[in-house]
Amino acid sequence: MNNSAMHRAYTLCAVVLLFAILFYAENNLDTYSIQILNLVAINAILAVSLNLIYGFTGMFSLGHAGFMAIGAYVCTVLILTPEQKESMWILEAIHPWLANLSLPFLLAVVVGGIAASLVGLIIAIPVLRLGGDYLGIATLGFAEIIRVVITNAAPFTNGSLGIKGIPQYANLWCNYGWLVVTVYVIVRLLRSNVGNVFKAIRDDEIAARTMGVNTFYYRVLSFCVGAFFAGVGGALTAALISTIDPKMFTFMLTFNILMIVVAGGLGSITGSIVGSIIITFMLEWLRIVENPISLGDFEIPGIPGMRMVIFSVMLMCIILFRREGLLGMREFSWDALARFVKNPVRFFSRASRSTSGASGK
Amino acid sequence: MMLTPELFIQHFFNALALGSLYGLIAIGYTMVYGILRLINFAHGDIFMLGAYFVFFSTIAFMPAWLAALLVAIALLIMFTTFRDKSKATPAWYWGAQALLLGLAGYYGFISPVEFQPPWVLAVFFAIAVTSACGIVVDRVAYQPLRDAPRISALISAIGISFLIENLGVVVFSGLPRAVRQPDMLVKPIIANISAITGNADSVVRISPMALIVPSVSLLLVSGLLWIIYRTKPGLAMRSISKDIETTRLMGVSVNKVIALTFALGSALAAASGIMWALRYPQIHPYMGVLPGFKAFIAAVFGGIGSIHGAMLGGLILGFIEVFITATFPALSGYRDAFAFVLLIVILLWKPTGIMGARTEEKI
Amino acid sequence: MSFKKLLAATGMLLCMGIAAQAAEPIKIGVYLPLTGQNAFGGQLELEGVQLAHKEMSQVLGRPVELVIVDNKSDKVEAANAVTRLTAKDKVTGIIGTYGSSLAMSGGEVAEKAKTPVIATSATNPLVTKDKKYYFRACFIDPYQGAGAATYVMQNLGFKRAAVLKDVANDYAVGLANFFASSFKKQGGEIVVNLNYNSGDQDFTPQLTQIISQKPDVLFIPAYFAEGAIIMKQARELGATFRIIGGDAMDNPETVKIGGQAVEGFLHTTFPYDMSMPNMNPAAKKFTENWKVAFPGKDPNVNAALGYTSYMMFMEAIKKANSTDREAVTKALAELKDFPAVTGTLTINATHDAEMPIGIIEIKDGKRVYKGEITPKM
Repeated sequence: MNNSAMHRAYTLCAVVLLFAILFYAENNLDTYSIQILNLVAINAILAVSLNLIYGFTGMFSLGHAGFMAIGAYVCTVLILTPEQKESMWILEAIHPWLANLSLPFLLAVVVGGIAASLVGLIIAIPVLRLGGDYLGIATLGFAEIIRVVITNAAPFTNGSLGIKGIPQYANLWCNYGWLVVTVYVIVRLLRSNVGNVFKAIRDDEIAARTMGVNTFYYRVLSFCVGAFFAGVGGALTAALISTIDPKMFTFMLTFNILMIVVAGGLGSITGSIVGSIIITFMLEWLRIVENPISLGDFEIPGIPGMRMVIFSVMLMCIILFRREGLLGMREFSWDALARFVKNPVRFFSRASRSTSGASGK
Repeated sequence: MMLTPELFIQHFFNALALGSLYGLIAIGYTMVYGILRLINFAHGDIFMLGAYFVFFSTIAFMPAWLAALLVAIALLIMFTTFRDKSKATPAWYWGAQALLLGLAGYYGFISPVEFQPPWVLAVFFAIAVTSACGIVVDRVAYQPLRDAPRISALISAIGISFLIENLGVVVFSGLPRAVRQPDMLVKPIIANISAITGNADSVVRISPMALIVPSVSLLLVSGLLWIIYRTKPGLAMRSISKDIETTRLMGVSVNKVIALTFALGSALAAASGIMWALRYPQIHPYMGVLPGFKAFIAAVFGGIGSIHGAMLGGLILGFIEVFITATFPALSGYRDAFAFVLLIVILLWKPTGIMGARTEEKI
Repeated sequence: MSFKKLLAATGMLLCMGIAAQAAEPIKIGVYLPLTGQNAFGGQLELEGVQLAHKEMSQVLGRPVELVIVDNKSDKVEAANAVTRLTAKDKVTGIIGTYGSSLAMSGGEVAEKAKTPVIATSATNPLVTKDKKYYFRACFIDPYQGAGAATYVMQNLGFKRAAVLKDVANDYAVGLANFFASSFKKQGGEIVVNLNYNSGDQDFTPQLTQIISQKPDVLFIPAYFAEGAIIMKQARELGATFRIIGGDAMDNPETVKIGGQAVEGFLHTTFPYDMSMPNMNPAAKKFTENWKVAFPGKDPNVNAALGYTSYMMFMEAIKKANSTDREAVTKALAELKDFPAVTGTLTINATHDAEMPIGIIEIKDGKRVYKGEITPKM
């Protein structure tokens, strides 16, 4: 058995182990903890997809909330029963095209992703001519336009009333299954030649173009794949939380995902996953600062809003003092793990050297 | 829907007031972008702070010790930023600091007095403290990233913007507050326009703010242009916007000039925040977000980096919003999208904006 | 011997101590928007809940403990909050929330966890629709919208109405729609129906348009801060028509922000107001206790609803004589003629609290309770 085959076997074992842990979690944890685990998976899907666009291809996109909204709405409209639709669209009747449309959940998620990806394509063709911060602002603008359109297109989306009672299909298995699929697809993509082109565009677009690469095509490709998984993430969010409305998909949502990506490390899939675990748990854990804390007779009243202040401060610290994020551009690999197990001290000293090299970019 | 001349004139003045407010906010964006190539996301929140400081000093009865302390801190920040290190610290400065801190201590511990200055003084107080906030934002969030990739600074800008908003919720509470408008600003001016319409009883009602805002904007913009084109720090600003490295080599203390840019931009934001609160008399910690976005779009539309362009872009955006809503009432629900559509159109058609200079950076 | 007695006595004392300790607190969860865009409502309602808790901190001989969670005006957070309350804190029941979309998000979780919830002021009909465990201490939007239309039609005799609503706000969209349909059904005409978006502060183009259509009355289903600004701008532009709003305008800040411009403004609300004549005993008690607990702050209807929600739970726990979630739910569904601050309260088949609609008019900067109306649906 050669090295790569062994690594593949290890990876398979790790996935099996993950699902074994999920099996344990499903039967032993309360719904609150399971909800957090679900959010971790969805955030990881979103973070990995944004990382593909921004961290690996270097396109600063702030449009993730828009793609999520499309995925969520398309998927939701497809999985509701005709009766539910009729009773929910109380102000303006649902558009006859949609009234009887119905698909199984898994297919609906895929369709949601494809829809997001198509919208991504439509946006990409004009917008990807821009670069840097202009691209960020333009994609942010598109996300806002999508939100305003959803708000106003009541026959299709039920407008600001939103949709509730969405069947909660997005259980642990489904979310983590999609996470595995996302990571697999994106890692395969990045390890292929396409991935190299992405990274070349990120590092120096002009150089890539002079080498004869059709950079525009690859930028659009990366953008659409990212949009697809953002749409999937949105669809899963809808089926997890069971209600959606246009106000969910604001810039705040994009910001949270961006923060996961930045905290984990731009250009590191491992970093995005670690980042989503840490940030999702931290956001939950930080709730304690808003609850009153009693020290014997003395009670410190909770300060509403304090949690987001602490969260913002922590993120500012990451941006200012560890710009490359927790993992920089490093990835998990079995070789690295083996090195770590053999000699942890040397592992870290080498690791820090390689990061300082990477951050000089 | 057909617009009668009466309606048209009415809409015109509505749009003028809105547009010049957008323009004034847009100038802050354009100044910072022109010099640092950075979208100062926190600008909208600085705008919010300006409105709150006026609110607290005129209506909410800020304790005098807090006001004195704030002024002392603001003075200290400005002084340490702009001090000429080759010269000795003037005695009057420490005297002023001691006096203010003494006042703060006196009122804080001995005699609880509320700070309720006349309007004009409150406005100056707010502008001074807000400028200091702008300098602090630059120092904390942007200066450490001066040599980092531009997007890092942009993420930092988004981060500091969220921090200010959330801090606003904690300190000011999330409740919207009412701003008391002086009566003379509320009473509309009723103008008879029968000469134009031929109809004897056709009148338009113009809010005094619809005239004050453009005039004040004009005044502030002229002052700003004077600083930029007629003074030495202004020369340094223009020079930095062309080439930061060379400017540094010429012996200009770049950080000081950038801090001055932030101070000026924040002062304008404070001024527009105050006028915004007088025109739309309700303030809350998130009030800066939407006007901020729209003003930024106005700055891009006018050609980012250009002061005239920002003002013009703001006016055009105001007119577009008002007149599309007026002529196509069915589109009134899409109003917030107009600005973003405009942004995308201008970015695709002429990314440098209608008055912007050509730049090499295309990709 | 005496030593043994002493020991036994000590043992008994200890046992009693343990028994007293064993009176485990009954946990009532509260999830309200304490921060974010709905914070103003959430904070008022929390004060009402806390006042009620102070007044009745024991039921069935056990202390009641409030577990307060902020849902941050965010739907994801609302679902998280209810998940946390039901799974981690194992509460008997939950109070909340202000804002219908938040209640819907939390409601799905509560339904699954089989935990009774009382919405303080979520007036959207979808909140309790097909829900076994969701109740509310308030009436619903169709009822309120029809109430406003009936009042305008019957009491004021107006036939031409205009509507200006926040299209991004479910409350506003729903209420505007029910007002318009009821108004048309009663023979009125909606001359113009315009929109704006949450966060807008400039309404001059829409208002100029509305003024040019010369309606008799303008219906604004807005939140108080926006509503007051709308009225201000309308009056500045020379509007002379009457303006009427919904329960979200019921806040002391309306007058503070609007000043002169809100003179003559009408709004529907829940039948409680500190200025109302012939206050019922429950309302009197609430008003007096409020003035002691929060001097310098007027009692308001949001606090009254928070207070009522808590009292409804206490009543249901007493009736059920247990803290079992199913039993409490059953007792809530059967709640009838409960003497509440907002009048005699009965829970109907769709889990809404049945009560008449109060009408308030602003006169000389003061809120005047004009009376009650039963709408023609």
